[in-house]
Amino acid sequence: MKYILMMTGKKSDFEGYASWSKADLQANVSFMRAFSKELKDSGVFVSTEGLGWPSEAKLVRAGKNGEPITDGVFPESKEFLAGYWIIDVESPDQAYEVAARASQAPGPGGKPANMPIEVRPVLSGHADLGL
Amino acid sequence: MRIWASKPCGGKKAEMADHPYDAPFEHLLRELAPQVLGAVARRFRDFSSAEDAVQEAMISAFTQWPQKGVPDNPRGWLIQVACRRMTDQVRSEIARRERETVVAAEAESLPPTLEIEADMDPDDTLILLFMCCHPALTPSSAIALTLRAVGGLTTAEIANAFLVPEATMAQRISRAKQTIKDSGVPFRLPAPHERTERLPAVLHVLYLIFSEGYASSIGSHLQRLDLAREAIRLTRSTKTLLADNPEVAGLLALMLLTDARRRARTGPDEELIPLDKQDRALWDRAEISEGIELLTAALSRASVGLYQLQAAIAAVHDEAERVENTDWPQILALYELLKQVAPSPMVTLNHAIAAAMVHGPAKGLELLRALDSDPRIARHYRLDAVRAHLFEKMGDHEAAIKHYRIAAARTTSLPERNYLITQAARLAGN
Repeated sequence: MKYILMMTGKKSDFEGYASWSKADLQANVSFMRAFSKELKDSGVFVSTEGLGWPSEAKLVRAGKNGEPITDGVFPESKEFLAGYWIIDVESPDQAYEVAARASQAPGPGGKPANMPIEVRPVLSGHADLGL
Repeated sequence: MRIWASKPCGGKKAEMADHPYDAPFEHLLRELAPQVLGAVARRFRDFSSAEDAVQEAMISAFTQWPQKGVPDNPRGWLIQVACRRMTDQVRSEIARRERETVVAAEAESLPPTLEIEADMDPDDTLILLFMCCHPALTPSSAIALTLRAVGGLTTAEIANAFLVPEATMAQRISRAKQTIKDSGVPFRLPAPHERTERLPAVLHVLYLIFSEGYASSIGSHLQRLDLAREAIRLTRSTKTLLADNPEVAGLLALMLLTDARRRARTGPDEELIPLDKQDRALWDRAEISEGIELLTAALSRASVGLYQLQAAIAAVHDEAERVENTDWPQILALYELLKQVAPSPMVTLNHAIAAAMVHGPAKGLELLRALDSDPRIARHYRLDAVRAHLFEKMGDHEAAIKHYRIAAARTTSLPERNYLITQAARLAGN
């Protein structure tokens, strides 16, 4: 079964990240790289993507004639997706273990940030007959 | 560290990606693909179906040759299999629509394969190249079609190289073929004047394939097909077909002189290392000498074009054994020429960098101001990244940090973003 592991943060979290120290940034980047490798090596990796920061985000709606109307103003409290992993595992518990590992990515000062990771099942295109 | 237990269910994709690249006859098949396609397409006057038939013949070769061995005449074998597919298709078409007498006559008059093979023309590959790089196609379609028809790659391989699902790439290729069909381009070499007109589009497609490969050839993507190498291979064969064109040679030189720095441009953690910080001992000397040799020969011949100038700039960098020895006045002079030959905002940007290296960062910043009103680049991360770098050189760290962070927010590459925020952090001194 597939799960998506989503890392989210407020706009201020992203701005904070851009001001971390060099050592903290390097530790975080190395961790993420090693984490992706672990997922691949253990055969659970499906895909992962990192997203551009909220400063580049636009909210788009269709106007009267279907034309795009864009808006870049978001409420301060809004949570933005920073990136995600999709994994294929045996059980929800296994997905939670992987998410807990992602949550330990080092933050400022090199300590585990223990940031929340939202875990949700990814629906498949066929019915699970339990066979 | 093993933190979970699982059957290896994510490994299927990697196996598929590994499969065809390392086959011992891979190189042979890639060389033969455009020749076979050219022969079949010319015979049946239907590029789109011929392309499908040749792909099926290639797949048959991939599955049969490992067991049965490579046939004595691999080209004849592929042509025969592809023609059989075409004939089957034509026959089923006839069964469906009997009134199509032209098609029926075509099927009846099919020559034996050997005759088709004797009829081969080296220009067929060139025709294919011009057809795939047709101006009616979008760059991404032209790239996909060129890699498949001329490069002999499978749809799965191309999809893997661009990290998109195979179905998406298959659709892109089939739409590209439809566009060519609709445009009614005949399967023949464009007339000489038209060829000159269309050549820049061909070179641009080859250049884009190379850039895509070079920009993404970083660590974790190593299992992707190497598009940079594929572009070099295709440009090399284009050069043998258009031996007297100095821009083709210039493009090949540019690719080699750039690719030579590949091993030096990322560190152990896959972080980007800019040109001035690279360990030049890691540069590939063989590629550099080949590039310089090609460039020297091209420059001595005719008018100097866009690719020769860019190759010349790459050569000046490659010739400096230490960064301090870089001949910046020469690079600046080459950018002045490039600004006249092929003006673009990216050239203006690079010209400003060279001017800053010769006349100081203030001069560079002054030249960059002209780009603020150019919508093609005003919001491009490179403009802010260069500004940040020049402010840093001037000692204005506050402005440098600001622009490094703007650039980080705007880049669409994760390694670039990591590089840029790290630069800001270094200056912030924390």
